Amino acid sequence: MNLTLKIWRQKNAASPGCFETHEARDVSPDMSFLEMLDVVNERLIAGGQEPFVFDSDCREGICGTCSLVINGIPHGSRKGTTVCQLHLRYFKDGQTVTIEPWRARAFPIVKDLIVDRAAFDRIMQAGGFVSVNTGNAPEANALPVSKEIADLAMDAAACIGCGACVAVCKNASAMLFVAAKVSHLNYLPQGKAEKDRRVKNMVSQMDKEGFGNCTVTGSCEAVCPKEISLDFIAKMNRDYAVALVKGELKKSAAGGVG
Amino acid sequence: MSLDARIPSGPLAQKWDRYKSDMKLVNPANKRKFDVIVVGTGLSGGAAAATLAELGYQVKAFCFQDTPRRAHSIAAQGGINAAKNYQNDGDSVFRLFYDTLKGGDFRAREANVFRLAQVSASIIDQCAAQGVPFAREYGGTLTNRSFGGAQVSRTFYARGQTGQQLLLGAYQAMCRQISLGNIRMYPRTEMLDLVVVDGVARGIVVRNLVTGEISLHSADAVVLATGGYANVFFLSTNAIGCNVTATYRAYKKGAFFANPCYTQIHPTCIPVSGDHQAKLTLMSESLRNDGRVWVPRRKEDCGRPPASVPEADRDYYLERKYPSYGNLAPRDIASRAAKEVCDTGRGVGPGGRGVYLDFSDAIKRSGEDAIRDRYGNLFEMYERITGENAYRQPMHIYPAVHYAMGGTWVDYGLMSTLPGLFVVGEANFSDHGANRLGASGLMQGLADGYFILPYTIGHYFASTKQVKVPASHAEFKKAEEGVRQFTRRLLSINGQRSATSFHKELGRLMWENCGMARTRQSLEINLKRIPELREEFWKNVKVTGSGEELNQNLEHAGRVADFLEFAELLCLDALHREESCGGHFRVEHQTEDGEAKRDDANFAYVAAWEFKGADKKPELHKEPLVCEEVHMATRSYK
Ligand SMILES: Cc1cc2nc3c(=O)[nH]c(=O)nc-3n(C[C@H](O)[C@H](O)[C@H](O)COP(=O)(O)OP(=O)(O)OC[C@H]3O[C@@H](n4cnc5c(N)ncnc54)[C@H](O)[C@@H]3O)c2cc1C
Ligand code: SF4
Ligand code: FES
Repeated sequence: MNLTLKIWRQKNAASPGCFETHEARDVSPDMSFLEMLDVVNERLIAGGQEPFVFDSDCREGICGTCSLVINGIPHGSRKGTTVCQLHLRYFKDGQTVTIEPWRARAFPIVKDLIVDRAAFDRIMQAGGFVSVNTGNAPEANALPVSKEIADLAMDAAACIGCGACVAVCKNASAMLFVAAKVSHLNYLPQGKAEKDRRVKNMVSQMDKEGFGNCTVTGSCEAVCPKEISLDFIAKMNRDYAVALVKGELKKSAAGGVG
Repeated sequence: MSLDARIPSGPLAQKWDRYKSDMKLVNPANKRKFDVIVVGTGLSGGAAAATLAELGYQVKAFCFQDTPRRAHSIAAQGGINAAKNYQNDGDSVFRLFYDTLKGGDFRAREANVFRLAQVSASIIDQCAAQGVPFAREYGGTLTNRSFGGAQVSRTFYARGQTGQQLLLGAYQAMCRQISLGNIRMYPRTEMLDLVVVDGVARGIVVRNLVTGEISLHSADAVVLATGGYANVFFLSTNAIGCNVTATYRAYKKGAFFANPCYTQIHPTCIPVSGDHQAKLTLMSESLRNDGRVWVPRRKEDCGRPPASVPEADRDYYLERKYPSYGNLAPRDIASRAAKEVCDTGRGVGPGGRGVYLDFSDAIKRSGEDAIRDRYGNLFEMYERITGENAYRQPMHIYPAVHYAMGGTWVDYGLMSTLPGLFVVGEANFSDHGANRLGASGLMQGLADGYFILPYTIGHYFASTKQVKVPASHAEFKKAEEGVRQFTRRLLSINGQRSATSFHKELGRLMWENCGMARTRQSLEINLKRIPELREEFWKNVKVTGSGEELNQNLEHAGRVADFLEFAELLCLDALHREESCGGHFRVEHQTEDGEAKRDDANFAYVAAWEFKGADKKPELHKEPLVCEEVHMATRSYK
């Protein structure tokens, strides 16, 4: 099959970018979208032109590295699929396809189709962990966790940190990602002790990074390759409200006596 | 040079405790004065970096991905072993040890494997405490599944993404230490050389992959946690960034490389669909808990729809040949069996290179929902890639390169032949012998990172005289100049062929001549062809762009250049090992019924290769493998 590609080209964060048009001739429907781009790049190299850079690693939908907007939709239009797992059999012969990087203020473009998602790491560093040193752990079965809770935590933990939720959101909000991360640990008894601090610190870091506000349009859930549920946003909002109230209580208790 | 593994004396079960009680300690206030470099932040490196930082060491960590959370460890689907005996099915430290040693065809170091089994239970405790959402029973306790090469159920898992969840645990522990200022993290940074001063590892040279800037980093110890080299075959189940660069360049600086020919071919992968293919996808071994592997008995039936082949005309060859382990025979054995049936013309699917993995009996027995609950994400992944529904028809699978048992030689304390250079995880050679059992790679990476290296590195600091060598030392400058020259050379050739085309050609040579079955003749072909290919590479490769920017083409070319040298070492090792063991199958050495024939009298040793110079043959050093406690039995799964 043949495709016409309009691919984003941008030298670095400081330069302006533009679309370039390239033909992908004689590609096979069994190829993944990224394998098709590999072929295009090989042909560019053969012709002495610079290949496009794009991020990928595992190519099996789990590392969250790949990050392309295909025809306006992060990871393309197939539900629950990262772009590395998107195969050409879902495209039409002769179709024109635009390929862009994630676009969000908090994810500056590095080059061509690659963006910098370090903001996610900084949010995690603000509180996305359980403070337990190696060697401190009690026997694993000493703390039973009901299957329902473990499954819920797992549903949240399935987030691969790709950032598609931010890329699709008209406000470039990171709520779905942060909610998934907060919920994973806040559901589990192991994460309970730091529940309030965690949610406050992570939300505050999210705001500092320049992500937009959440207006609950639900577009994030729709593109999320791991189908992370909007319910986690509600859960995080509850946790956040509780943390704020407790924080105020504590302050007044400490300061209010005298 | 004699290879002393520095294994503590005493009975097997007491060696690690004895090591810990005899070792020297660094006092807590002094730990702050030691700088440690950790290259690679997958499970092993992430665990090591976090734990070392918790102890008070000053850690700098490096990885080539944009964040540590994306290391190749993330792809592990199936699970992690531990001798918890939660199922009360007779598991024990000894049984896990014995299964792993036997699974590795008695080509691993007994004392290391025993220690691995000993610390396995603490890993599960540690990860559960970090919030890893392991699968649980309704009563709230942890649940288990079975994996190949074991008759007990000891594998812990987190849905189909155990690797991601364990890695997130280590990553989160790192995040905490980064926020406390104890780890400095350098993502998108590639190590391009090791700096050795007076025979001691003192630092590294790295390239910032975004700006191209080369920088020098010195430390009191360097830890390599850079993963395996399966991508020397081009097509493998590894992430496309996996490479041999760090350990290979350390080899060229004096760290011996052990058993490079021990590579694992995984039996259940999605078959190759065409020349465009960038990588192969694994279907987790856990599927063999419920899936039955078969091909038609007769060639004529291979083209028929599988459902129309009557039960009596199917050959469930694993159940037939290995009745006591059946579909859960270890990987090397299951892979070779698949190749054998395909070689006899009974393979199915394109090119006759495939066998069926059939779930219909399991679906009949437990219902489709139960199967979906256990493997839903794997079935979805299969459907995405092949467009087929495996609830309705059997999967097509075929073996693919998966894992590297070989790696940098390390002693019992995980230190290489270069003092100050430690190697952990898949990058070292230590615990899996000639074949790794399922669910033991994650276990080893985390054992090394959380529970072994943090002790042994302290002992090294406390027991050897420490001098600080700054990055301004002449050896650092020399290494930096070497790296710059290498980059300039790659960019200046401006030939006709891409690095990928060389990588693919190398991969084909390796798969055909050094894959599932190796002969003297096939290896000799490679030993002739690889140097020719390398020569052509250095005359005719085309690398676009410059070194002062993000340039994936340049990164890949550098890795391919190393693979082109390393592949020769791998084949040399395979040629010298005149026996069959685990993943290394020499056609000349097999029993009458086609099983691997080991030669304990002549080959019960670790082959550690020393680099002798660019065009010189490496020198072989042997570390004899002595089993003190168990008998090197003939491996049988019948
Ligand atoms: C598809 C798949 C499924 C698997 N499933 C299982 C399973 O179910 N159970 C199991 O036990 N094992 C499994 N394994 C094996 C296991 O996942 C790996 O052996 C293990 O995760 C390796 O961990 P590691 O820390 O050694 O290296 P990796 O996770 O590979 O990490 C390597 C790190 O080194 C860095 N790096 C490499 N080179 C450089 C360089 N030059 N400069 C800077 N950084 C560098 C990378 O950025 C990365 O951070 C599986 C493997 C695959 C391929
Ligand atoms: S919530 Fe979904 S879309 Fe957002 S980062 Fe996680 S996996 Fe990606
Ligand atoms: S490359 Fe890993 S998720 Fe796409």
